[in-house]
Amino acid sequence: MAEFLSLHDAVARYVEDGATVAMEGFTHLIPFAAGHEVIRQKKRDLTLIRMTPDIIYDQLIGAGCAKKVIFSWGGNPGVGSLHRLRDAVEKGWPRKIEILEHSHAAMACAFEAGAAGLPLAVFRGYIGSELPSVNDQIKFIECPFTGERLAAVPSVRPDVSIVHAQRADRQGNVLVEGIVGVQKEAVLAAKHSIVTVEEIVDDLDTHPNACVIPGWAISAVAVAEKGALPSYTHGYYDRSNRFYKEWDAIARDRDAFTQWLDDNVFNDVQHHAGETI
Amino acid sequence: MSLEYTSSEMMSVTAARALENGMTCFVGIGLPSEAANLARLTHAPDVVLIYESGTLQTKPDILPLSIGDGELCESALTTVAVPEMFRYWLQGGKVDVGFLGTAQIDRFANLNTTLIGDYKAPKVRLPGGGGAPEIATNAGEVFITLKHSKRAFVKDVDFVTTLGFGRDGKGRDNVPNIGKGPTRVITDLCVMKPDPETKELVVVSLHTGVSREDVIEATGWEIRFAEQLESTPEPSENELTILRELKARTERAHAGA
Repeated sequence: MAEFLSLHDAVARYVEDGATVAMEGFTHLIPFAAGHEVIRQKKRDLTLIRMTPDIIYDQLIGAGCAKKVIFSWGGNPGVGSLHRLRDAVEKGWPRKIEILEHSHAAMACAFEAGAAGLPLAVFRGYIGSELPSVNDQIKFIECPFTGERLAAVPSVRPDVSIVHAQRADRQGNVLVEGIVGVQKEAVLAAKHSIVTVEEIVDDLDTHPNACVIPGWAISAVAVAEKGALPSYTHGYYDRSNRFYKEWDAIARDRDAFTQWLDDNVFNDVQHHAGETI
Repeated sequence: MSLEYTSSEMMSVTAARALENGMTCFVGIGLPSEAANLARLTHAPDVVLIYESGTLQTKPDILPLSIGDGELCESALTTVAVPEMFRYWLQGGKVDVGFLGTAQIDRFANLNTTLIGDYKAPKVRLPGGGGAPEIATNAGEVFITLKHSKRAFVKDVDFVTTLGFGRDGKGRDNVPNIGKGPTRVITDLCVMKPDPETKELVVVSLHTGVSREDVIEATGWEIRFAEQLESTPEPSENELTILRELKARTERAHAGA
């Protein structure tokens, strides 16, 4: 049964230094408020998993929280590079980080395999790609029935997954709507999970096939209004494309980034990103 | 009198025309997305556009800045989870064409979106593979569109993120359950297709006002030209109007929020 906690308490309880953490949300519903809470609590040596690191991991990497990043597409969508990720990989600032890169298909399958309790994901992938030569977690196996050579990657099984969603009811059941990404898979694959929501309602008011994650499959639910900004929450607010564009200049420069972090994360008394951008 | 248009517009219109009505197309963000939506708004109203964010049969009114913009979901027939998108729809063989962009491409149409330089000490770190490695092998065929330059068109890519025909042109030979691979590359100067035997890219059509020298100058290997070199048909007034309206709507929307 999900416990209702403040975002501060949920992160303090479940995100330990050195943990493997997946904060998911495929462009949509990116859990920025939770990411900022992790930065504020100065968590260190995290292995961060996410298909598209996006600005959220750029911020966590720049803040020194990450020791390793596992991803499949590391850019600022439609804008360009993630400069904090690049600075860490290329110049070791603020610390050296290790990267392990996959394709989207591999990571999507790996999350699904994690949710299914399997040790690996098997799929038809990486044919002719040189990614297997730089990632020792990509292997090939032979189908025992047809002999076809197929790709295999370990399943993703994070210590804690953090996702954002539209709303929860009072039992902690959570509704995820719109682009659902790998959110459900991330929650089910993890030992612990934190789901931040826009609001708590009496009734989820949904249809039979909606993407609902039962409260008993979630560790903690925390309210974080506008908790996905500058990403968006379908049905609540739009993506701030303007901020994604502005981020390029902020993230390019170490001082500008540090200042931004001070102003908007460390000294943000409201404790959510939504009011600061 | 012929219409006035830019080389970028020529590229988008030519890329759009490559898509036939009724095709199912897995769309990459950026130039492919612009071309695919232009096709849908002109000659191919029944083209099915799929984006890796899970949006199936989507009809965005503006071009998405990111692969997961709300517009894609709101205008889609349905939206599925990302694992389902890659497993059932792409790997399951439901996609006719993968439409991709790239940072680097070589003479065998291998794509590099990983990095420039050496993997351990990159000169420029690029975003990475994303959906492309499996789109390029699981889709029936692949169209590629990007601007022509010596930096982008190199003899050998620094890193094969995504298979064209491999470093020797034979990367798809005897591989079961694999698509045809790149069948055309559309740039702002020309259209290229792989040689049926060697799989090396060959210029089959030059855009109006572009010379062989222009293409040679912008290509990092000794580019060959087809014996029957054609002139790419120019954009129509209707195509240009719809493309410009689409881009203007997009710009207004992205500046807003």
